[in-house]
Amino acid sequence: MKMTRLAATLAATMVVAGPTLADTLHFPSLSYRTGPFAAGGIPFADGYSDYLTLINERDGGIGGVPIRQTECETAYNTERGVECYQSIRNDNPLVIQPLSTGITYQLIPRTMEDGIPMHTMGYGRTSAVNGEVFNWTFNYPANYWDGASVIINYLLDENDGSLEGKKIALLYHNSAYGREPIPTLERLAERHGYEFLSIGVDSPGQEQGSQWLQIRRERPDYVVMWGWGVMNPTAIQEAANIRFPMENFIGVWWSGSQQDVRPVGDGAHGYKALAMHGTGMDYPIYEDMQRYVIDAGKYAGTGDEVGTVLYSRGMYAAMLAVEAAKKAQEIHGVAAITPAMMRDGMANLEITEELMVELGLPNFGPAFSVACENHGGSGAAMIQQWDAQAGEWNLITDWIDPDRELIMEMAMDDSIAYAAENNISPACLN
Amino acid sequence: MLYREAGDFKTSYVADSQTFPIKFDRYGYYVLLGFAFLVMPLIINDYWANSIVVPFLIYAIAALGLNILIGYCGQLSLGTGGFMAVGAYASYKMMTAFPELNIIFVIIIAGMVTACVGVLFGLPSLRIKGFYLAVATLAAQFFLIWLFTRTAWFYNYSPTGMISAPTREVFGVPVTGPRASAVSMYMICLCFLVASAWLARNLTRGSMGRKWMAIRDMDIAAEIIGVNPLIAKLTAFAVSSFLVGISGALLFAVYLGAAEAGEAFGIDKSFLVLFMVIIGGLGSIFGAFAGAAFLIVGPVLLKLLLVNSLGWPTDLAAHLEIMIVGALIIVFLIVEPHGIAALWRTIKEKLRLWPFPY
Repeated sequence: MKMTRLAATLAATMVVAGPTLADTLHFPSLSYRTGPFAAGGIPFADGYSDYLTLINERDGGIGGVPIRQTECETAYNTERGVECYQSIRNDNPLVIQPLSTGITYQLIPRTMEDGIPMHTMGYGRTSAVNGEVFNWTFNYPANYWDGASVIINYLLDENDGSLEGKKIALLYHNSAYGREPIPTLERLAERHGYEFLSIGVDSPGQEQGSQWLQIRRERPDYVVMWGWGVMNPTAIQEAANIRFPMENFIGVWWSGSQQDVRPVGDGAHGYKALAMHGTGMDYPIYEDMQRYVIDAGKYAGTGDEVGTVLYSRGMYAAMLAVEAAKKAQEIHGVAAITPAMMRDGMANLEITEELMVELGLPNFGPAFSVACENHGGSGAAMIQQWDAQAGEWNLITDWIDPDRELIMEMAMDDSIAYAAENNISPACLN
Repeated sequence: MLYREAGDFKTSYVADSQTFPIKFDRYGYYVLLGFAFLVMPLIINDYWANSIVVPFLIYAIAALGLNILIGYCGQLSLGTGGFMAVGAYASYKMMTAFPELNIIFVIIIAGMVTACVGVLFGLPSLRIKGFYLAVATLAAQFFLIWLFTRTAWFYNYSPTGMISAPTREVFGVPVTGPRASAVSMYMICLCFLVASAWLARNLTRGSMGRKWMAIRDMDIAAEIIGVNPLIAKLTAFAVSSFLVGISGALLFAVYLGAAEAGEAFGIDKSFLVLFMVIIGGLGSIFGAFAGAAFLIVGPVLLKLLLVNSLGWPTDLAAHLEIMIVGALIIVFLIVEPHGIAALWRTIKEKLRLWPFPY
């Protein structure tokens, strides 16, 4: 006990002694480069960091103010995520991106209280689209319910507009993340008349024997997957083992990266996944990336993830954060913005195709705008398919819109219930 | 010199059998308590309270609970994570069903609910022993987590299966939910820890504790001298689960704020608390504190040292952290198989003679 206190005092002095720079923009990264989800966490963190480095190296920061990056390892564990948040919350973090639905749920009330914006791109709490309740939480450009709806709309398209009598199974990571799409898929089952079956896989997901036995027995027409980390390649391998037709196996955007399909080899050929943005290196931005970051040796990690799906997603997340910061500088006329100003920038963000071209990312992501009533952007996504011979993801559809009316209705119900539980009176912040 | 018994005369049985018979120990304990209650709240910053001290206090309660079961009564249990989940879900159901009920009572009732569940899963201990009992409690762990993830009633039918703690106040100061300040969280956990340690210490040196130890040392002999194994084992399960339940309720309501059974109370929690008890020292109150400090505070300090002070990459630091803590566990078990408490005892023996050992 006494020794602990002594060590605590020693370490406290070490923490306090660390330098704090006031005239920088702090972009923290809650990453996970260890544990069963590292395969997904590493490329995302690398992409996020590399884009911010590029902005610093090429443009000298945002509006002349340099970016300061910090990284904290969460291992996808909620307790460590909370510890990471506590360690940065007094350091003016402009936006928190935890890359974990579990950590998001922990941080929503805390960030609201502390006045720190949080961006959960394609994950987190879906009902955060209602910005009147979740003033500080953003989940543009798409969320889980959008994803579920896009998959169903795609399948409707494939089946000439009717899913009557079809059987669709959801193979999900048994956590807050995996359970998110269930209500949407149930509601859509009522509407479109397909039979819905949900099959949970306990975290981390290396063992799926019984689940795939169940799939073999039930013979669903389609299997939809909400998996992450080590669960993805395992599921694709199991599907290949029972010769499940790969073109009927569709993953969410977190189950569609190179890391997920490569271990399965040729067996994964034809596997489909949602894509919320483009992928590959055929974008003009990679010329700058090569010149300022990669050739200069300033890349994050080992630099071998450049151009993969999740690297692109990390880059996309950083790009949206930088654009929001620019917007905030424009609104407030100050270069050294605070987290509260950053929130205003995010709440008024507008991404157009011209802007994407200007940034060197033409056709990379959807054009959308954020408003107080809609923190969720457009919700559109594409479908991509894995070509095992060529070793690349090919986009096979254009942007597919979700059933936004239904999703907004469900999100309203859920967010109003949250507001009632927590004594929040829904209103826009101005 | 400083640490001596000579001249410290006891004139009554009460004085002779007190918890800290040596004056230096006793004053040290008072100073520590005074420091923890009066000085710490003034000097502690948010990060230290939230990330290091509060989890340490909460896990110390869990370690105290498990130490009663394993260290004092000799019943091996791997169900700690599940019992913590019972405490957490019980407190969640109480908080949402009776919003007017004071959080202190909620946590105590959550502990009692856990005690009942613990007694239920302790019943097999009357027939099976040792490793077989460990497997039976392992079943409890998996069954409870399965129950809390599959039964929607436990999480009030929320679509994601997460439970989140609403704001509750003690004397007008919020202690749970996002508005709770670091100091109030620290104080409520500290109060529960001191009360739990006091309870555990006094139970273990009373007749109940002696019965537990008799069962631990040899159950047949204990039965022959008149210890009822049914009552002794089940009370050990009840008291242990009560404390574990309180720590689960505090972990969820005060520290995490939101949780889901599989992630926050998985099998790794059971092992974490078990390691605390083994490394700290079986059958020792101090051991529970030492074990919790070692396994909760140690990794965070290591992270602060490697990442914040030395500026190493986070992944390298995380891997090194696992390796260093693992190596330290092995070193401890080789150097002192009876845990940090035994090491402390040896140091104390040496200090009592210092500087004139014979």
